[in-house]
Amino acid sequence: MSGENKTYGLLLKAKILFLLLFLSFNNSVWASEPDEREVQPTVATEHAAETHGEEGEVDIAAVAFEHILDAHSWHLWGEGHHAVAIPLPVIIYSNTKGLQFFSSGKFEHGYAEYNGYKLEHEEIIPLDTNETIYDFSITKNVAQLFLTATILFLLFTSIAKAYKTTGVTTAPKGKQSFFEPLITFVRDDIAKANIGHNSDKYVPYLLTVFFLILINNAIGLIPIGANLTGNIAFTFVLSVITLIVTNINANKHYWHHIFLPPAPKALYPILVPLEIVGIFTKPFALMIRLFANITAGHIIVISLVGLIFVFKTIWISPVAVGFALFIDVLECLVALLQAYIFTLLTALFIGSACADHNEDGVHNDEDEKALAKH
Amino acid sequence: MNSLIILASLITPGIGLIFWTSIVFIILLVLLGKFAWKPILNAIKTREEGIEKALASAESALKDMRELKSNNEKILLEAKAERDVMLKEARETKETIIAEAKDKATKEAERILASAREQLIAEKNAAVAELKSQVAGLSIEIAEKILRSELSSDDKQKALVNNLMKDVNLN
Repeated sequence: MSGENKTYGLLLKAKILFLLLFLSFNNSVWASEPDEREVQPTVATEHAAETHGEEGEVDIAAVAFEHILDAHSWHLWGEGHHAVAIPLPVIIYSNTKGLQFFSSGKFEHGYAEYNGYKLEHEEIIPLDTNETIYDFSITKNVAQLFLTATILFLLFTSIAKAYKTTGVTTAPKGKQSFFEPLITFVRDDIAKANIGHNSDKYVPYLLTVFFLILINNAIGLIPIGANLTGNIAFTFVLSVITLIVTNINANKHYWHHIFLPPAPKALYPILVPLEIVGIFTKPFALMIRLFANITAGHIIVISLVGLIFVFKTIWISPVAVGFALFIDVLECLVALLQAYIFTLLTALFIGSACADHNEDGVHNDEDEKALAKH
Repeated sequence: MNSLIILASLITPGIGLIFWTSIVFIILLVLLGKFAWKPILNAIKTREEGIEKALASAESALKDMRELKSNNEKILLEAKAERDVMLKEARETKETIIAEAKDKATKEAERILASAREQLIAEKNAAVAELKSQVAGLSIEIAEKILRSELSSDDKQKALVNNLMKDVNLN
């Protein structure tokens, strides 16, 4: 476990290093063309110019973030006014106007204002400064979430049906045989190995988390796919659920360990707050890990492809494409591994909070030894 | 700066996505839990238990078969031993029967020989007796014929009386 963590730490560090390198690089490119932007008269066209400078200048950082961040329309291809995108529903709750519902097509890719709102960096901003809005729009990420949830539901119910129709005595076929090893892997090597004999209760949660992250990681790698697992809101929700599941099912020993740690009483003022913070740092790390890994991977790929536009020569493309391909393949591995890591750590946290690994009815230090041996 | 705004939005969780993710995830968890994970996990468990049971029964069947085989071998060995004993007995019986038969035959032969010899002796004696009686008859016949020829004429009678007279001693 610690070995894997170390590898991931290293991978993450390498990615951040890459990210910083490219960001600084791109910022300098960016800084060299500020004048052109200032000439632009309106707010809306200024936004367009920021993303894609005049005379074919491409701002790589802006393009990269555009791909990573959420959007109110599902962009397919094209730039500026000619962009081809699927408009998505906008749902806003405003303190002055109440609940509003309209299509994101009304903003015309950020070039138009609608109903007293404008779209800036894919964020809906009210023109009236006294108005506060809460954006519950079906954004690209939400749309992909709906889509993947539907796919997962249809896929796994059809697999469940296959078990019902062919029975359990015949060998699994097709998608059934592809997913069965994954399901048993989550059940045996993630849940059972970390939670112990009481693991069956948590297997549905772990399976749902694993497959939802996996499918979204995979779709995020497709150029038009949304970067849902690289969005901190998504990882935040999953981590909060893990936090809730962990602490609701925690047993006496877990809380005893936090509020009455096995240490001299004099150290309690330091240890107890640390232990309490520790409850939250574990899921927090979970949130950051998935978000940062997926986002960093996407930034690297876009930055590598962006090299062509930075150097403005076609001759760099073999290098750029080669590296981007390499990173893409690596990202395929990361997509699976991050889904695995998230699920594994969730199981580990649940296991350390509620399991008794030697099956004596309580969780104590002997359990830790049993777990270490395992 | 522009990039700072973007970075801020990158690490600020948006309320909309938090809302939708929570709802969708919980609904997905409930639906998949009920309609997918439960039947799938149950099916896999049932199959695993079935496989375990099948393996166990195969093991016991193998054990049974081994026992049966060793039993069969034992029975075969016993049968062979029995056959050997029977063969031996049969051979012994055969030898005794042959010996007895030989003995009997010898005795019978001897008996037959003895009776034949006795018969032979009796027949020889009878033949000798008959021969003797025939020889006596013949002798009488011959003597008669001779007497008749001797006494056929007076001269010859006289001669015979004379001759006999000569031998008779009157004293």
